[in-house]
Order: sequence, then structure tokens, then C-alpha cells
Amino acid sequence: MKADSQTLSNQEKFIQKHHRHHRQIFSARIILLLAFLALWEISSGLGLIDSFFFSSPSRVIMCIVKLWTENMLSLHIGVTLVETLVSFLLVFLISLLFSTLLWYSDKLSEILEPYLVLLNSLPKSALAPLFIVWLGTGFTTIVVAGISVALFGSIISFYTGFQQCDPEKITLIYTLGGTKKDAFRKVIFPSSIPIMISTTKVNIGLSLVGVIIGEFLAARRGLGYLIIYGSQVFQLDMVITSILLLCIISMGFYKGIQIAEQQIHKQLKA
Amino acid sequence: MSNILELKKIGYSYHSLQGETLALQDISFGIKEGEFVAIVGPSGCGKSTLLSIIAGLLKPEAGTILVNNPDGSLHYPHIGYMLQRDHLFEWRTVYKNAILGLEINHMLTEERLAHVDQLFIDYNLEKFKNKRPSELSGGMKQRAALIRTLAMDPQLLLLDEPFSALDYQTRLMVSADICHLIRNAGKTMIIITHDLSEAISLADRIIVLSKRPATVKKEIPIQLTLQDDSPLAARNAPEFADYFKLLWEEMTNES
Repeated sequence: MKADSQTLSNQEKFIQKHHRHHRQIFSARIILLLAFLALWEISSGLGLIDSFFFSSPSRVIMCIVKLWTENMLSLHIGVTLVETLVSFLLVFLISLLFSTLLWYSDKLSEILEPYLVLLNSLPKSALAPLFIVWLGTGFTTIVVAGISVALFGSIISFYTGFQQCDPEKITLIYTLGGTKKDAFRKVIFPSSIPIMISTTKVNIGLSLVGVIIGEFLAARRGLGYLIIYGSQVFQLDMVITSILLLCIISMGFYKGIQIAEQQIHKQLKA
Repeated sequence: MSNILELKKIGYSYHSLQGETLALQDISFGIKEGEFVAIVGPSGCGKSTLLSIIAGLLKPEAGTILVNNPDGSLHYPHIGYMLQRDHLFEWRTVYKNAILGLEINHMLTEERLAHVDQLFIDYNLEKFKNKRPSELSGGMKQRAALIRTLAMDPQLLLLDEPFSALDYQTRLMVSADICHLIRNAGKTMIIITHDLSEAISLADRIIVLSKRPATVKKEIPIQLTLQDDSPLAARNAPEFADYFKLLWEEMTNES
């Protein structure tokens, strides 16, 4: 009985320690953020840095309020969000389709391999001016720019994931009388879900990069446009505000995928 | 009893740019219904190739396989294949794994599913139907893999060095257990193994293959006096040591 209460209290101690650790990490993160903002505000207030070039938290807030009253804030954020999500979804669908085709046909994948490597290592921002000439300025161009940055790496990752599947598991399908299609549906696809999810995490960030590049060059709306416009008219508050908003957006995307990942795992375990 | 399977002068070669490697040459033997046959041979002699040919995963380059099904044809569902590892999929429950073959062949009929349910009861796995494979012990996984194979109601079971992923002690128990279950189900079995004592304890007949290119070197019928049906009984049989010596000499003496 005594030993029992002893182990229980040890267990409690362990749990307490665990919670304390997490509280410490969380509060340290918040403190770091607040310290950074305070240092930024104070040093610009004292004139240690020029707030015209480096802005300050209060100027950022004023800038947000100004955009808000002009009804421009949600417009710019919304445009960038929609463009990123559309190109992200298209990247997912196209790479799933292509990597499946590559897996089905060894010959096709062998033929296309050098081209995929080439397209993947090509700096996609170099293509953006071409997209403008071909597609004009606007939504399509920016979505295409977003797709171009993420697509080829994504196809390669998906395909590599498919290939890493244990060949004996595929043999099992054949011994049960299955076809190549059965092997894909019952083994390759389900076993590649973790790799597809981790690729997706990278893709959402890359799509955002592509969309911002596109907006730099070919947009009248969106956070990328706001950054370029702000730098051209020397309103650096606007530039820095947009960058901070982008930070929040990419954090939101990451969290969103994390939640989706947990949902998928829950579905698989059910 | 008639042969349900007959191999006639089977030959097979592997091809690469460096040349042709003859793996199997003139392999002929028959398998009777209900018989347990073990195939042993030096490693790399082409035992697995032979099994893949019997299973229909590879086409022989020479010779023919005659199959004596009731309908006179070689259909894959009549042959069940058990691989070296259980390969139960972690993203499926144990039950979903067991009905994988039925699912692939669109045979999810009431009758078949009732058969699977009965196997789960017979093999004491009923409580684990909705668990994940990782929650099962090595022996239970092999039983689940056996249900997956038997669900298709094969006449002939092919076992390719099964249980070799298990540790020695578990392997003794599991191989005896699984073979016992297969015998009770009234199936015919061909097992490949490199473990001579496993071959002697499980099989009615042992086929010894030579080193590459593999040919049938000797066929040894096994008759053991068994006291009980424990995994160790066969190994304690008085004839065991003689068979072991005979096999050992066949395997080591390459004349």
C-alpha cells in the first residue's frame, strides 16, 4: 500500500514536471516576443533606430487600423489567402495525378526523370515574367506562379514515397490475386499518407512564396503587391506590416495542416 | 491419391547484361492431396524462384505445371501463398487485414465472411478483430496472416521460409502451431526452409535441391513415431537424428 502511494506520487511528480516544462516553454516564447516588440518600440521612440526605415509596433498598429478603415485590410489578406489556397490544392491534385502515372509506368518515369530534376532545380521566379507575358496580370498568373514553385518538388516527393513501399507488401497483393491497381489502392496509397502529409506541409509554404513573387510582379491587390507598392512610395510601415501579416498567415497554414493531420490520423485509427 | 500438382522439367534462368544465370533445371516432382512437402537446399539455389513459379508469380522458361483442380484449371485463388513476414497492414484492423484477399477478388459474400468469422473463433483471435496488428504478438500475427490466406479457401498452401522473422523460441511454437492448423483445415502444403530440423518435424516428404542450377537431388519420405503433438515431439522422435544425418549428408556432399 505504501509502495502504491509512493509510485502514485512519483507519477504525479512526473506529470507535474511535464506540465511545468510545457508552461516554461510557452511563457519563454511569449516573453521573447514581448521583449522583441518592447525593444523595437523603445529603440525607435528613443531615436536609436530611424522609425521611418525600421517602423515600430505602434506604427504597424496604426497602419493596420488605417488599412482597416479604408476597407483594404481584409481585401489584401483575402486575395493572398485565396490565391495561395487555390494553388496549394491544385499542386496537391496535379502531383497526386502525375506521381500515380509515374508509378504506373516505369518507362514514363525513366523518360521524365531528368526533366523533373531540371524543372525542380530551376529557380521558378525566373519564369514569373514569362507567365505575365503569356497570361497577363491577375489571378491566373499568380496562381500559376504559386503552383510552379511547389509542383515539381511535390511530384518527386510523392513518387519517391510511392517507391519506398516495401516490395514484399506488393507481392502479397499479387499472391492474393490482385492487380497493379489493387497494389496502388490497398498498399501504395495508404502507406504513403505520412509522406504526402509532410510534403503538403512544405507545399503550403512554397505556394505562399510563389504567390508573393507573382504579386510582386503582376498584381494590384494582395500582400505581395502591398510590399512592392509600400517600398516604391517609401511607406515602409506598410511593407513591415505586410511582412508581419505574412508571418501570421504562414503560422495559420501550418497549424491548419497540423489539425488536418490529426484528423486524418484519427480517421485511420477509427 | 492423385497428384494435385505436377511439375515437369521446370527450368528458369535470370538474365542480366553480364549474362544468363541458370537457376532451375529439369525440376520434376508431384504433390499429392493433403501432403506436406518441404523443399530444402543450399542458400541461393533458387528455392524461392521455384515457389514463385508454382504460385504463378513467375512464368517458367521451360517445362510445364499440371494442376489437377476439380475444374481442371490453375486459378490463383486455389493457391495460397504465405510470405516470410506476416505483412499485416498497420492502417487496417486485424479483421480488415484478414478479408483483404476477399476484398481484392470481390468475394465478400456472406458465406465467405462467415467462414472468416469462424476462423477467428477457432484461432482464438475473436477479441483482437478490431485491434491493430501492432497490438498482437508474433504468433497471433501469423495466425491472422493464415486467416487472410485461408479466407480465399485455397487447396494448396505455399510457405516461403515463413516465421523466419521470429526469434527461435517463438518460431518453434508458431511453426508447429500454424502447420497443425493447416493440417486440420485439410490443406496441402509446400514449405521452403533452410532449417533442416524444421523440415523433418513438419513435412511428410522432403525434396532436396542441389546448388545452382538447382535440380532435384533426392526425395526423402519422413515417418516419425510421435508421442504427442507438442512442438518438440517430432524433435524427440527416435528417427529424427537419422533423418537429420541423412539430410545433412545430402546437403553437404556435392558430388
